[in-house]
Amino acid sequence: MENLAGDRPIITLRGVSKTYRRDTIAVPVLAALDLDVAAGEFLALMGPSGSGKSTILNLVSGIDTPTAGRVVVAGVDLGGLDGAALAAFRARHVGFIFQSYNLIPVLTAFQNVELPLLLTSLDRRQRRQHVLDVLEVVGLNDRSDHFPRQLSGGQEQRVAIARAIVSDPSLLVADEPTGDLDAASAAEILDLIGRLNREFGKTVVMVTHDPRAAERAHRVLHLDKGVLVEAVRREQP
Amino acid sequence: MTRYLPFILRNTLRNKRRTALTVLSIFISLFLFCTLRTVITSLAASLESASSARLITRRSTSLTFMLPVSYRDRLAQIPGVADASWMTWFGGIYIEERNFFAQFAVDPQRYLELYPEYKLTPEEKDVFRRERTACIVGEKLARKYGFEVGDRITLRGTIFEGVWDFTVCGVAHPATPDLDTNWLLFNGEYLNQRMGDFGQVGAFVLKLDDPARAGDVARTVDATFANSAAETKTETEKAFQMGFISMLGNIQAVIYALGSAIVIAIGLVSMNTMMMAARERTREIAVLKALGFADRTVVGLVLAESLLITLAGGLLGAGLARLVFGLTDFTAGGFFPSFTVTDGTVAQALGIALFLGVVSGVAPAWNAARLHIVDALRHTG
Ligand SMILES: Nc1ncnc2c1ncn2[C@@H]1O[C@H](COP(=O)(O)OP(=O)(O)OP(=O)(O)O)[C@@H](O)[C@H]1O
Ligand SMILES: [Mg+2]
Repeated sequence: MENLAGDRPIITLRGVSKTYRRDTIAVPVLAALDLDVAAGEFLALMGPSGSGKSTILNLVSGIDTPTAGRVVVAGVDLGGLDGAALAAFRARHVGFIFQSYNLIPVLTAFQNVELPLLLTSLDRRQRRQHVLDVLEVVGLNDRSDHFPRQLSGGQEQRVAIARAIVSDPSLLVADEPTGDLDAASAAEILDLIGRLNREFGKTVVMVTHDPRAAERAHRVLHLDKGVLVEAVRREQP
Repeated sequence: MTRYLPFILRNTLRNKRRTALTVLSIFISLFLFCTLRTVITSLAASLESASSARLITRRSTSLTFMLPVSYRDRLAQIPGVADASWMTWFGGIYIEERNFFAQFAVDPQRYLELYPEYKLTPEEKDVFRRERTACIVGEKLARKYGFEVGDRITLRGTIFEGVWDFTVCGVAHPATPDLDTNWLLFNGEYLNQRMGDFGQVGAFVLKLDDPARAGDVARTVDATFANSAAETKTETEKAFQMGFISMLGNIQAVIYALGSAIVIAIGLVSMNTMMMAARERTREIAVLKALGFADRTVVGLVLAESLLITLAGGLLGAGLARLVFGLTDFTAGGFFPSFTVTDGTVAQALGIALFLGVVSGVAPAWNAARLHIVDALRHTG
C-alpha cells in the first residue's frame, strides 16, 4: 500500500471502522478508513459536525477502540493493548489539547502541568524543572501559582498545552483547540501549536471548523460521510 | 505514593463544608463509640480487680436479710479459711440523695487486714479499731468532697434510721489505679451498739488459704449452715460483683447494638459524601485517565480521599475521647473506679474509621475505574 504521507509514518490507520450502538440501532461513523500521518507533520481535520472527526482523534490517541481495523501509533499496535497498557501508551506518546481546556480547577497552573509527570519516575526537583521549562515555552512562568479561574481562556489553553507537552510526547492531538476562544487568543494558540510543530518537532493532528486555523497545517483532510478527502497540501518547511 | 498527596488534599478541601460536616459526624460517632466501649472495658476492669482469693458469704435468700455475727468464729474454723471478717451495707445519705457512695459498717478488728490493697498507715488503722465513731474514706471520695483526717461527716440513715456522725481517721490509697476508692467504712461496733446490740451483719468476708480451692470451701461453708435458721450463699468476691453488674441488665449487648447503629448511620453519610464528590468530578477523572493515569491509580486516588476523611474523623474522635477522659479523671460520679480509654478502644475506633473509608470509597472508585473516557468527556461539563 502506498504511503500517503511520505516516509516515517507516526500514525497508520488501516481499514478502520467505528460503529456506535444506540440501543439496537447501529450507527456507522467510520468505515474502512485508511490514514497515514508522517512524523513531524501538522495535519488538520475538517468536516461537518457529526462526521466523525473526534472519533478519529480518539482512536489515534488510544482513548477509544475501533470496531474493526488496525491502529498503529509510534510503532505501537494499539489493538493488542489492554487498558493499563493503553494508559501507559497515552502517558508516553500522546499530548491532549481539548476545546474546553479541561484543567483541574483545584490545582494551580503549576500543579496542572505537573500531573502527567507524577506518572514518571522523575523526582520532585526534576519535575519542577520540567514544569518551569514548559511554562516558559508557553509564556506563562509568571502565572504558575494561579488557579484556572484566575486565568483568561487563552491562558488556560496555554496551561493545557504546557500539560500536553511536559512529558515530551511525539504526538499532539487537538480537538477544536480554539473553539472557545476569541480571534486574538485563537491566533496566539495557533502560533504556539505551529511553533511546537516546527521547533520541537511535534506531530500535530488538529480537528477544527475554522479555515484560518486549518491554514496553519501542512495538510488539510476533509471528512464527509466516512470518507477522507485531501483538500490542501503545502510544502513542509 | 506521597507525590499524589497534595492533589488528594486539594480534592478533599474542594467542598470544605461538606468535608467538614462528614469529618464532624464521624468524629462525633467515634467519640461516642469510644465512650460506650470504655463503659464496657471499665466495668470489666473493675471486675478484674475483684479478688477470687476472697469469698463473700451472705444470706441465701436475699441481700437484704442479715446473718448473725456469731457465725464469724464458726466460719474461721472451716478448713481452708485463713481469716473471716464481716461488713454491713449502711446506705446512708450524705447531705443530699444524689451524693451517692457506698458506706459499710465493718468489723473493726479484722476487716482492714483482709483488704491489704487499700493502703493505710498503722496509726490510722489503730485509731479506727479504738474509736467508736471513726471512719475511713477512700482516696477518690476524699478528693471529691475534700475530706481530710479530723473532718466530721454526718450521714442520715435510711436502713438504720437516725443521724450518724463520724470523724475521719484515715484516707485509704489504692495499691493499683483500677481499684475503686469511692467509699466510706466505719466501725461496725458503733452500728451494733446503737441498734441495741442486734448482733446482725450483712455479709462475711473469708480469706482463703488457697484461691484454687475457692469452690470447695464455698460448698463447705454453705453445707455447714444448711438447715439452720439463717442459711448462707457463698461465692467469690468476683462472682458476687458480677452478680451486681448483671443486675444492671445486659449493658454490653445494648452498647454494641447502639454502637453498630451509629456506625451504620455514619457510614451512609460518608458514603453519600464520597459518591457526590466523585460524581461531580466525572469529567476530571476522565481527563486524568486520558492523560495516562491507570485505572488502579484513579482507584487509589478516590480511596485515599475517602480514607483521609474518615481517618481524620476517627483520629479526632478517638484522640479527643482519650484526652478528655484522661485529663478530667471522669468517673461518671464514682460509678467506675477508673474510666480510661484503652489502646484497644482507640485501635477499634480507627479500625472502624478505616472500614468506613473503604466502604464509602469503594463504589465511587469502582465507577472511576469503569468510566469510559470518551463518553465522560462528551456528556459532561
Ligand atoms: N458514544 C456514542 N454513542 C452513539 N453515537 C455516538 C457516540 N459517540 C459519537 N457518536 C456519533 O458518532 C458521530 C460522530 O461523532 P464525532 O464526535 O466523532 O463527530 P465530530 O465530527 O467530532 O462532530 P463535531 O464537529 O460536532 O464535534 C456522531 O453522529 C455522533 O452522534
Ligand atoms: Mg468533535
